[in-house]
Amino acid sequence: MITQLIATSAAVEIAERRGTYPGAGVYAGRPHAVMQRAFIALKTSNMLAFLTGFVEPVLFLLAFGYGLGGLVGGIDAQGQDLSYAAFIAPALLASSAMNGAIFDSTYNVYFKMHYGRIYQGMLSTSLGPLDVALGEIGWAMLRGATYAVGFMSVTAVFGLVPTWWALLTIPAAVLIAFAFSAIGMAFTSYMTSFQQLNWLNFWLLPMFLFSGTFFPISSYPGWLQPVIEVTPLAQAVEMVRSIWFGQFDLGLAVNILYFVAISVVGASLTTRRLTALFLR
Amino acid sequence: MISANGLTKRYGDFTAVDGIDFEVARGESFGILGPNGAGKSTTMRMIAATLLRTSGDLTILGKDPSREGPAIRAHLGVVPQQDNNDAELTVRENLYVYGRYFGLPRSYLKPRIEELLAFAQLEDKRDTKIDALSGGMKRRLTIARGLINDPEILMLDEPTTGLDPQARHILWDRLFRLKEDGATLVVTTHHMDEAEQLCDRLVVMDRGHVVAEGTPASLIREYASKEVVEVRFGSDRNAEIAPLIADIGERAEILPDRILIYTEAGEESLQAIVARGFSPVTSLVRRSSLEDVFLRLTGRTLEDE
Repeated sequence: MITQLIATSAAVEIAERRGTYPGAGVYAGRPHAVMQRAFIALKTSNMLAFLTGFVEPVLFLLAFGYGLGGLVGGIDAQGQDLSYAAFIAPALLASSAMNGAIFDSTYNVYFKMHYGRIYQGMLSTSLGPLDVALGEIGWAMLRGATYAVGFMSVTAVFGLVPTWWALLTIPAAVLIAFAFSAIGMAFTSYMTSFQQLNWLNFWLLPMFLFSGTFFPISSYPGWLQPVIEVTPLAQAVEMVRSIWFGQFDLGLAVNILYFVAISVVGASLTTRRLTALFLR
Repeated sequence: MISANGLTKRYGDFTAVDGIDFEVARGESFGILGPNGAGKSTTMRMIAATLLRTSGDLTILGKDPSREGPAIRAHLGVVPQQDNNDAELTVRENLYVYGRYFGLPRSYLKPRIEELLAFAQLEDKRDTKIDALSGGMKRRLTIARGLINDPEILMLDEPTTGLDPQARHILWDRLFRLKEDGATLVVTTHHMDEAEQLCDRLVVMDRGHVVAEGTPASLIREYASKEVVEVRFGSDRNAEIAPLIADIGERAEILPDRILIYTEAGEESLQAIVARGFSPVTSLVRRSSLEDVFLRLTGRTLEDE
């Protein structure tokens, strides 16, 4: 029997299980189903693009940390005398978390939204817009965090991991990746043409170069330093670098709050936008 | 199961659906018939709880779609006008992932997917990606996908539009089986033959309004005659000859390319035309269809515009 004759089927009961909870209009408690879709799609279609993401930060580490680093020599930062490679390694970890998260939450999301009509399909089921937002952001987060972990293993092989505290940069990378993918997906959901997505590169490349990644923020003139410090990647680099070297202070709490706030704003804007696009 | 009262959807100044009323009962196959732009898809999307109504009442299984969207969608199988299968996944993965969106466990989905692959005649294609499927196969997959949660209502928006005749017949056969099983279907179409094949009862929509409601047979009885004579005299002479033969049937309709004479006895009427000394280039006697009903109600054919 292919369809249900008389009454609500067992399957329907499962599908509407959350029906009576508060917030049931936007959330069915199943972002994991959206993440599972992304995981299966990764295995079936997207493996190559995924793997190349591991390579990028390693190339930067080799070219700048060891190539350029040979000319720079040591650098005085975090209250210690560090090799240049040791200085940029945590910053590259932070930016690999960012890049992995941004790629999935912007270009891929745009495609699914406007060409693949994937969200239209998801939102014809008993999923709500918050499930889709959290699932997609969560997946982009996993991707960013995976790159961060991969990069950390490489730095460990190079002997650049100073203390065991550095392991704590993994949860930090998870938070950073979540925040960047939340804000990236929110941004993308407002874009109406593929060309507009180029604004991303307009921001991403300068952020990557100037956020205290390759030289300390203290090298800027005094008036510029606070401006740089409030940008997201500067916050991420600062957070990862201080954890990396086992330096915990109030600044870290500020960094964490900063990313939690971005995550909440990004996820709620995305949910609102998905509702406006597909459920109005 | 579905009840709409004064259901209205406005986009700015444009009223896509203008205060329509209808009811759909369990086990019924309900059709919404009309030309492109009549408001069929808008109505479907409101029922499917993916489009908010502007005003009026709408309940689906006793629930209000503006507040309980996901809970209503749990009961529905949706086949949108354009296939939106997931191109990054294979056929089987499409069904599996869609079931996961409904929260269905693997143990339920494994046998269900086998059933549905057989139903959709896609068993050989289970590990094929979507881009390699034909149009008819994609459509059958979309329908199979819509059945994954064992829905109480299956919503089909133009199920066979754009398919070749053979693919359409395969699809009709599948849908007819569902109907025989007692499924509740809501179907939109601008193909008369589809409505006559699949629908127990239907509403005819035009420019956001319901212009008629009934079973296919009762609509034909009420708005058309038993038979129709179609005669063509060439496009410049049709309008000239029409007034001279219009009184032969109960009613005549002049289209740019042909004249339709509505009558109880087609052959006799055709003979009467010939007896008056007119010899049409081509002539055809046929039974009245929903196409004639639509023409009568709106003055336009369904394929217009």
